[in-house]
Amino acid sequence: MDSYLIAMVTLAAIYAMMAISLNLSWGLAGMVNLGLAGFISIGAYASGLLTTVLGWPVPLAILAAMIIGLVSGVALTYVTLRLRDDYLAIVTLGFAEVIRLAIVNELWLTHGSDGISGIPGIVAREYGYGFELGTLALALAAVALCYWLADRVRTSPYGRNLRAIRDDPEGTAVAGKNVTLIKVKTFGLSTAIAALAGAFYAHYTSFISPEIFQPLLTMYVFLALTMGGTGNNRGAMLGAFLLIFVLEASRFIAPSLPQFSAVQHAAIREMLVAVLFILTLLYRPQGISPETRHR
Amino acid sequence: MIETILQLAANGIMSGAVLAVAAIGFTMMFAVLRFPNFSLAGHMAGGAYAGWIANTMFGLPLPLALLCGFLVAGGIGVASDFIVLRPLRRAAPITLAIASVAISLFIENALRFGFGNDLRSFDLPLARDWVIGWLRLGPQQVQNAGLAIVAMLILFVIFTFTQTGRAMRATADNAGLAAVKGIDTEKITRLVSFLGMGLAGAAGVLLGADTSIEPLLGLKVILSVFAAAVLGGLGSIPGAVLGAFAIGIVEEASQIVVPATYKGAVGFVAILLVLSFRPSGFLGRRQT
Repeated sequence: MDSYLIAMVTLAAIYAMMAISLNLSWGLAGMVNLGLAGFISIGAYASGLLTTVLGWPVPLAILAAMIIGLVSGVALTYVTLRLRDDYLAIVTLGFAEVIRLAIVNELWLTHGSDGISGIPGIVAREYGYGFELGTLALALAAVALCYWLADRVRTSPYGRNLRAIRDDPEGTAVAGKNVTLIKVKTFGLSTAIAALAGAFYAHYTSFISPEIFQPLLTMYVFLALTMGGTGNNRGAMLGAFLLIFVLEASRFIAPSLPQFSAVQHAAIREMLVAVLFILTLLYRPQGISPETRHR
Repeated sequence: MIETILQLAANGIMSGAVLAVAAIGFTMMFAVLRFPNFSLAGHMAGGAYAGWIANTMFGLPLPLALLCGFLVAGGIGVASDFIVLRPLRRAAPITLAIASVAISLFIENALRFGFGNDLRSFDLPLARDWVIGWLRLGPQQVQNAGLAIVAMLILFVIFTFTQTGRAMRATADNAGLAAVKGIDTEKITRLVSFLGMGLAGAAGVLLGADTSIEPLLGLKVILSVFAAAVLGGLGSIPGAVLGAFAIGIVEEASQIVVPATYKGAVGFVAILLVLSFRPSGFLGRRQT
């Protein structure tokens, strides 16, 4: 397989994990997470630092990153549980900003905006083509695992509770369901998956910096999920591949508009993302592969 | 030590006045539209650039540049509401909130396309700091705070004494009832978008006059603005003003304990504390 294609599919698989994470919290439980980029960066930095500074083996570091993602997600929801969705939006956004500030400022640990380089691959980078194919296979396996987990959540009685909470929180509480516990568990699982995606990204690209985990990244994942179909895990994966296609296709903007500078090309690209997102919300809010209704 | 605290409090009051202008805009839009409008950040930047053009290219003094920033940001606000938010009026609040993030992304990148990422400064006379006893005050900051307070007074008069102001308050209280009483709530919504985003733009100009402007100017302070509104109770205008002064002062005072680079985290901590102990804020009525 062509190296470019492998790289794109690997990247799409990483985005698919992020989209599944968002679908768990937002799509299934109705808990918006505008701080997704923060949880992704937590996973990336945890795994990146554990391997480069402490020399941990990569699989162990990824596992630890997921646990840290889970704990931070649980801690954050615990504070905001009783609040309405719009407060959760503000709090998660603020959380991501604080994480970004910490990464930029704690130079002794994170090297600030210089970032961390030389992060080992999940498969040793020396294998070249083997590294590319191996990472791709592992990323796809991880997506499959996330999908399996998230879909079990969706189809189980537990998932029925989740949708009930999303659509009618008070009624669900009256029906005797422990809304709080269900919400905390779901958000924790979703942030653990976000951290997994971040860790994968770090080990795949070998370099991470605060630049990569801007709020724009959260927007990309929202676009992927909305295009694919909010509430549908398969839609989430489809949307991730679509997103990579859109982002890659937009690379052709630069050669076709040579009169503009690189900054302007980047600006056009992000305006396109914004417009595409708004158009999806206006004309196809259910996405390409809409959520199927359960009894 | 006393001197330092007084100095920081004075600085906090001056930056709080500017924050208050944006926080009023945010909270009044929340009161009527019932969702947190994240595109406030983009509109702040849009207003700041409009004011900057008026000031540096047309040589207008700051108060007129401020008016330009207000009108342009208000205009963008009405346009973005009409094109994007109006068709989504019946959607869940959170869908609107996310759509507003996309609006902000669009405006910021439109500015980036036109003006690049460089920091730009207003063309303002440089003046020596005023020294009053221990206090050292920058004339520009004092002027900014003064302009912010004038803007707030004008708004207060509109809200309290005009028919339109009453209609806006009625719609915020109970949109259904206001409609029954013959108030055109769609028109009020448009007006609120104009005023709210206009205030955001005015705050953008004041922030720019204090330091400098760039496309992400609004995004950098948005957390403080949200914190001010949440602290005061979402939807309460006097609350937003009170909250803004509190956040302004605490942000300055935080420099005693943590490095100044963490100023941005103060808003987040304030939001968490308020939501944990008094979710309705200082002056909010609705318990959520």
